Amino acid sequence: MASNKTPTTSRPGRSLLVLLLIFITLGATAVLQSASSVRLGLDLRGGTSVTLQPRIVPGQKGQVTTAAIDQAVSIIRQRVNSLGVAESEVTSTGTGTNRQIVISVPGDTGRRIVELVGQTAELRFRQVLVSGAAGIAPAPTASASTAATPKPTAKKGKSAPRTAATATPTATPAATPTPVATTPAPTQLPAGVTPEMVAKYNALDCTKAINRQGGGGDEANAPLVACDRSGTSKFILAKAEVLGSQISGASAVLDQQGGGGWMVLLNFNGDGTTAFANVTSRVVSLPAPQNEVAIVLDGLVVSAPRIISAITAGSAQITGSFTQIESSDLANVLKYGALPLAFDRGEVQQISPTLGADQLHAGLLAGGIGLLLVLLYSLLYYRGLGLVSVGSLAIAGSLTYLLTLVLGKSIGFTLTLAGIAGLIVSIGITADSFIVFFERLRDEVREGKSLRSAVETGWVRARHTILVADSVSLIASVLLYFFAVGGVRGFAFTLGLTTLIDLLIVFTFTKPLVTLLVRTKFYGGGHPLSGLSPDRLGAKIPVVRASSTAQSSVQEA
Amino acid sequence: MSSSGSLGSKLYRGEVSIDFIGKRRRWYAFSGLLILISAISLGVQGLHLGIEFKGGASFSVKKAGVSVAAAEKALASTGIKTEVIAQTVGSDKVRIQTGVITNLQSEAIQDALAKEFQVNRDTIDTQVVGPSWGADITHKALYGLFAFLFVVVLFLSLAFEPKMAISAIVAVIHDVLITVGIYALVGFDVTPATVIGFLTILGYSLYDTVVVFDKVRENTRGLTGGSRMTYSQAANHAVNQTLVRSINTSLIALLPVASILFVGAGLLGAGTLKDLSLALFVGLATGTYSSIFVATPLLASLHEREPAMQALARRVAAKGNATTKSSVEGAEVFAGVSAAAESHSAGATGPRNQPKRKTKKKKR
Repeated sequence: MASNKTPTTSRPGRSLLVLLLIFITLGATAVLQSASSVRLGLDLRGGTSVTLQPRIVPGQKGQVTTAAIDQAVSIIRQRVNSLGVAESEVTSTGTGTNRQIVISVPGDTGRRIVELVGQTAELRFRQVLVSGAAGIAPAPTASASTAATPKPTAKKGKSAPRTAATATPTATPAATPTPVATTPAPTQLPAGVTPEMVAKYNALDCTKAINRQGGGGDEANAPLVACDRSGTSKFILAKAEVLGSQISGASAVLDQQGGGGWMVLLNFNGDGTTAFANVTSRVVSLPAPQNEVAIVLDGLVVSAPRIISAITAGSAQITGSFTQIESSDLANVLKYGALPLAFDRGEVQQISPTLGADQLHAGLLAGGIGLLLVLLYSLLYYRGLGLVSVGSLAIAGSLTYLLTLVLGKSIGFTLTLAGIAGLIVSIGITADSFIVFFERLRDEVREGKSLRSAVETGWVRARHTILVADSVSLIASVLLYFFAVGGVRGFAFTLGLTTLIDLLIVFTFTKPLVTLLVRTKFYGGGHPLSGLSPDRLGAKIPVVRASSTAQSSVQEA
Repeated sequence: MSSSGSLGSKLYRGEVSIDFIGKRRRWYAFSGLLILISAISLGVQGLHLGIEFKGGASFSVKKAGVSVAAAEKALASTGIKTEVIAQTVGSDKVRIQTGVITNLQSEAIQDALAKEFQVNRDTIDTQVVGPSWGADITHKALYGLFAFLFVVVLFLSLAFEPKMAISAIVAVIHDVLITVGIYALVGFDVTPATVIGFLTILGYSLYDTVVVFDKVRENTRGLTGGSRMTYSQAANHAVNQTLVRSINTSLIALLPVASILFVGAGLLGAGTLKDLSLALFVGLATGTYSSIFVATPLLASLHEREPAMQALARRVAAKGNATTKSSVEGAEVFAGVSAAAESHSAGATGPRNQPKRKTKKKKR
């Protein structure tokens, strides 16, 4: 009766062959791709990851578009590639405009990468209207001059030479290396400076790091109150006249004249050359500080050289006591252009290789112990059948390993700590499929069926349960993958992957193997250690060997 | 293990039957109490959120002889005013958590720590999280949660029936509420890894429930045609039949999770592995409980309201007398009933055995 129900499912040889073919294909792919090791995530081998979120400026929500984010990703990728660190990655996760950009760079580049990718790199050239010392003026007056007046305080004394050094010979040949640390106070407010701006300027304390974060988003067509990068001066600046997009090239060069520091050499395109010539020729005859042109990067003044004569050659220099690395990073950032959006650093994570190795070991150790415990338990409880689950888990394990190798090469799958956790959890889910099958099988034996027919009827019932239960597990991992960020995705991916592997193994290995095993004397005869002994299971009718052969002859027919 | 084998067979045939469904009010009350405690502790204490959710930074220095005092001294030297929690992990590691700080401040702290402990700055493990980041991942997790529940209700309604879908979802929500409650009560840190754990519990709890429901469905198929047992009795029998599987599955799922928990907590101290496995550990336990004590009784309650099932219950009641009823409701062990004495047809499925036992008892 049972064998009538399930005539087709019993072709163990063919299923095992399918599995073997899958193994050979995967193995061959891995060899062809020369994928010899699993790609490990940064949390397992050390490195820095930065997650950037588009900053939604109030009233400018429409700016954050898919195209803008795509553009930002490609710009950031160019910047990161300019570092030359192998296996750096820039990806965007999420959907539509609700996306994050994730930058992962292995190794010890930590701080450099954070600065490099975070800046919007909006470069602007603005005429200086008012400038002065960084701190809040002790006696603010309506005039902007107070702050600008040199005060022989200790603080000032310290900062003045530094400013002199930073803002030296800039705008090309004509600009002479004149210190511009302090400037004579303008007698009245220059054109375009409103009292509100003066109030804002007076209140700004550039000695506080919090006011020197920059971050871009400044309006090109409006005046700007800004600090300089080192926190020694503050400025009121006119609207931008030359933009970063008008730069055709940038390179880091050693400044031969100005004391051997590094600087960035800029070349303008046609528009840029004209615009820069215009602004320099206009301000050259004005009184200080209005004869200075500030180079503003992401809302912070990098330098503000005084213009001695109009510059029409179409090039400029940015100096600012840069190190070689800083100047080449800045040149790269400028070369690849400004980001179309401002970004907030959602998360910055820096993991040393030591911690990475520790986490990897702990993950592998936990997995090993967990697997061992599961194997011991199933051997103790299911005896001979336990060997089947040991074999199935071993096959599942090697299939998972091969897949992570192949997927690492083909779709860039990286194994993270959360991913390892997903793998370990999946041991339980995979083993459960065997348990469902074994329990059904034993139930059928209890019903008094012969072992061979019990395998088939038990399988038909177990199959349904396994399919439905694994579907739920798959739905969970797919949804987790699409909705979650960061580590959760790695977890969802491995969980989904192993659920699929589980289905494959149960269908092409566990079931066929059990079918084959019950044909042997040890299992088929219900040996006490086989885990299928009818006596031990308390079957109602003791299974006689003869009856089981009779059943199977029907089956095989 | 042979004893469990025979226990399994007794459970299967209904010789040993634990009354999960008949005493459902007791389980409902118990779960209700747990949920109440969870709600109160959530309301009073709230969840202890990690820096990933509220923003902040964390620094870990690994070096022999590190101390909390030295770390606090280094932090104080930066002059940054923020809440600081420093703790040692194992013997050679100190972990410092701060409130929301800027990137510049984070660099200053790294420098100060590197100087204080005489280590290379790049060996300090750092995590800086912006204040809005947590809200963002929380929203995503919630969207994921609702999408998941919706899809699963649809799927289970198609694969099984809507009432099973509802019962399964109620059980899942029950699990998450209690797990979150335990987190609030004990004050464990909630990190993204914990959220992964919670979400996995959803999947796992459903998985467990699905296996039990599959058996319930098998046992209750064509039930209304006869008058042998009520829906509740058939469902209860299914729970008992899958009890061994539930226990085995839970144990096997808990073994690797426990090993992550102990290895993770022991070797690494705080971190992804510990947070994840702790949530899983708590959740797996409640998940197993709810599939037996909440989901199936609820399913039975829902079905017993149907007119067809009420009619069936009346027929069953009319057929049996007071003595028969006790065999279903009591948690007694009917070990005395000899299995071999019963006649048996080869194709019989589990539930048919139970009425046979009843008829036998009636004769007594």
